[in-house]
Amino acid sequence: MSRAYRGHVVPGATRFEIPDCAGNPYTEEAPFKIHGGCGLAGIMDVTGERFSGREIRVMMEYLHDRGNGLGGGFAGYGIYPDYAKHFCLHMMYDSEGANEITEEYLRKQFEIVHAEPIPTAVVPSVQDNPILHRYFVTPIGSLLEERQLSEADFVVDIVMAINSGVTGAFVASSGKNMGAFKGVGFPEDMADFYRIEEYEGHTWTGHGRFPTNTPGWWGGAHPFTLLDWSIVHNGEISSYGINSRYLEAFGYKCTLRTDTEVMAYVFDLLLRRHGLPLELACAAIAAPFWADIDRMDEDRRTLMTALRMVYGGAMANGPFAIILGHAGGMIGLNDRIKLRPLIVAEDGDRRFIASEESSIRAVCESPDKVWMPKAGEPVICNLNEDVRPAESRVM
Amino acid sequence: MVTTFIPPEFRVKIDDEKCIKCGRCVYQCGWGVYEFTDKPIPDDAKCSACHRCVTFCPAGAITVERNPLAFKESANWTESARKAVWRQAETGGVLLTGMGNPRDYESVFDHLVLDACQVTNPSIDPLREPMELRTYIGRKPDAVKVESDGGGGLKLAEELPPNILLETPIVFGGMSYGSVSLNVHKSLAMAAHECGILMNTGEGGLHKDLYPLSDRIIVQCASGRFGVHDEYLKAGAAVEIKIGQGAKPGIGGHLPGEKINPEVATTRMIPTGTDALSPAPHHDIYSIEDLRQLIYALKETTGYKPVSVKIACVHNVAAIASGIVRAGADIVYLDGFKGGTGVAPTVIRDHIGLPIEIATAVVDQRLRDEGIRNQASIIAAGSIRSSADMAKAIALGADAVGIGSAALIALGCRVCQKCHTGCCSWGITTQKPELTRRIDPDWGAERVSNLIKAWSHELQEILGALGVNAVESLRGSRERLRAIGLDQQTCEILGVKPAGA
Repeated sequence: MSRAYRGHVVPGATRFEIPDCAGNPYTEEAPFKIHGGCGLAGIMDVTGERFSGREIRVMMEYLHDRGNGLGGGFAGYGIYPDYAKHFCLHMMYDSEGANEITEEYLRKQFEIVHAEPIPTAVVPSVQDNPILHRYFVTPIGSLLEERQLSEADFVVDIVMAINSGVTGAFVASSGKNMGAFKGVGFPEDMADFYRIEEYEGHTWTGHGRFPTNTPGWWGGAHPFTLLDWSIVHNGEISSYGINSRYLEAFGYKCTLRTDTEVMAYVFDLLLRRHGLPLELACAAIAAPFWADIDRMDEDRRTLMTALRMVYGGAMANGPFAIILGHAGGMIGLNDRIKLRPLIVAEDGDRRFIASEESSIRAVCESPDKVWMPKAGEPVICNLNEDVRPAESRVM
Repeated sequence: MVTTFIPPEFRVKIDDEKCIKCGRCVYQCGWGVYEFTDKPIPDDAKCSACHRCVTFCPAGAITVERNPLAFKESANWTESARKAVWRQAETGGVLLTGMGNPRDYESVFDHLVLDACQVTNPSIDPLREPMELRTYIGRKPDAVKVESDGGGGLKLAEELPPNILLETPIVFGGMSYGSVSLNVHKSLAMAAHECGILMNTGEGGLHKDLYPLSDRIIVQCASGRFGVHDEYLKAGAAVEIKIGQGAKPGIGGHLPGEKINPEVATTRMIPTGTDALSPAPHHDIYSIEDLRQLIYALKETTGYKPVSVKIACVHNVAAIASGIVRAGADIVYLDGFKGGTGVAPTVIRDHIGLPIEIATAVVDQRLRDEGIRNQASIIAAGSIRSSADMAKAIALGADAVGIGSAALIALGCRVCQKCHTGCCSWGITTQKPELTRRIDPDWGAERVSNLIKAWSHELQEILGALGVNAVESLRGSRERLRAIGLDQQTCEILGVKPAGA
């Protein structure tokens, strides 16, 4: 332990055993769906050149007023080149007990190549942080065979089991060569707390929250992640009720009661499990209007009609702007009628997405191109093919 | 000698000062209430409070009142309980009735309230923004499969099973030709075309005049097999196997011979004037595997058009629906216990079955639990009285709603519950030519279309308030419902939180 635990101890945390434990008090018992407005930003270099987290910190600092200090976070890609082949689990523990139980569980599931506390700095405004650890792991081969699962599905199962099953433990991220750094505080404070300027990545996303009806919880900050998907999200999914029920039919447990979690799982389902190309996954989530579909040529109309017929339950309705980060880059997406701001810029090899233009110009004074993407039109920023990681699943 | 102990239910009053003695009331009344000597003399006992005479009296001279005759009070032996006993003592028969369950059961719909957006997410104005109601009913795969189109683009790799496009999530419930008039059938078929929805033949076949409209008609195959033949099955947009009806679960049909005129007889393929009795079960369906055989026989016949299976909502409805979907049905039509009927034994109509709200919730959940929800659409029917009921049914999990009574009320029906007599003054549930001609199909189609359009506009308003702009974002979204005054267990069954939670 690099620092003393200052958080509240969840009573009886050590009582539970995986997988038959009683649940996570933050999640299953959370009485409300978490609402909120937010600021978000993303920056990447399409050549795969890695750069410090300083710039995303600056971008988020300029969006300070879009958050209220109850949640800030970042996702960085390409930050763990030494362990690029291993899944990296960023863990949050509320107690030593939860830490011990989870580690014991992890050891049974994974070959743990390296484990360490996540380095942090003392920032006066950041209080009550959980115990933060990271583990570079590979699923135990015999278990994969036994369970007839791919590595990715195996990891998803473990993440779901921990998040819904272990009191006081939360998986903040679980992808390869990436990590999420998030907690309760303004994003710039979180950046300092997690010392993200010391990391170098090719893609960064950031988020500042403005939750309206929930006390800050470290796990509830953005980005939300699953495998190498990470989502930062501004908005509210008014279709949350059906989206979560739709996902439950595919084995996802929407325990966090946030819209953003739903978005992460929908992307995972459509892209990874159903193998849809990114463009079509975005078209399912922010579906084109029937009036537009009716005007398409026949093949396209048939395809879009099928998408809407099959993925009605996956469509995200209501105001949102999101940045989806993944191993191969990032995607910006707005809702069907653009009820939340999203602006994009291009400068040489750099790509920028943000809630407000000021955020982009704070790190790139005069970009080559700045534009406002249309409602429902995905902005796809991919790493160049020669540097795209093999496991990048996005077409 | 007094022939009955039962006092009249209503009193017909004619204001002599206003009455112009034109005799129109005599002509308008299908029940034979009036005799005309020098002025109309009503026989109260025959009145059903259908308001036909009241509506058409040019002098506005007629009122119909509840008979004020006092009964000695008994909360237990109600007036209607006493009357039923007298009636059965007189006849020794099963009491018959029409329309849906009139008893004062709690309406679950009336205990549910919808959500709306404020501040954190914006509501959407349907007058300024698109607001989509388009709905496809039928089987859908788990996932969409795509392939390269050879030119750098993508196309659908596997065609979807046939689905039916509804421009708004409403279909008409099955009401047979014979129980209702041909003009009613025509009105509904034309309205279905006008609104881009579906009409349903009911169990009496499809009159030859309606074949040109059959691409918007579900053809029904019920236990009596009336009017079922190769051309009929192939003509429809879909075929519906009617297992049961909400108003009479477990009971067959009975269309009295009085309503079987030559046209009805030809359409039903039975002799004129014979009672048309459909058996309680299908005599080729005694188990779920038999149902599967019929479903696939119909699919083979029609070139794999969607097959709907209509059931009455009974206690084990979730498991039954699951079996129906696994047997190959593309649509499950759930008919709740307040659904209407042309005729049913009163005891059956009033005491058997489940509310549609409960059935919709448990069926939707069961199909989701089993991972087969996408394999069939759910149509919820059985007293959908308004666009609010429709929105709530959809939020509970229905793909679309079925309306029968509401469509007939749009045509003038006063819910007098005398459909089985064949004397309907409004020309709806009768085959008497002097009565059926009261509904001009163009006029009827416009009335019913207006209703569908009005409800659709209202549904758009509701969606806009909810901050979503497509009906699929409401479908099954129980998070947008809250319960007022329902017990905890009912809330859990509905999957709806109590208000405030």
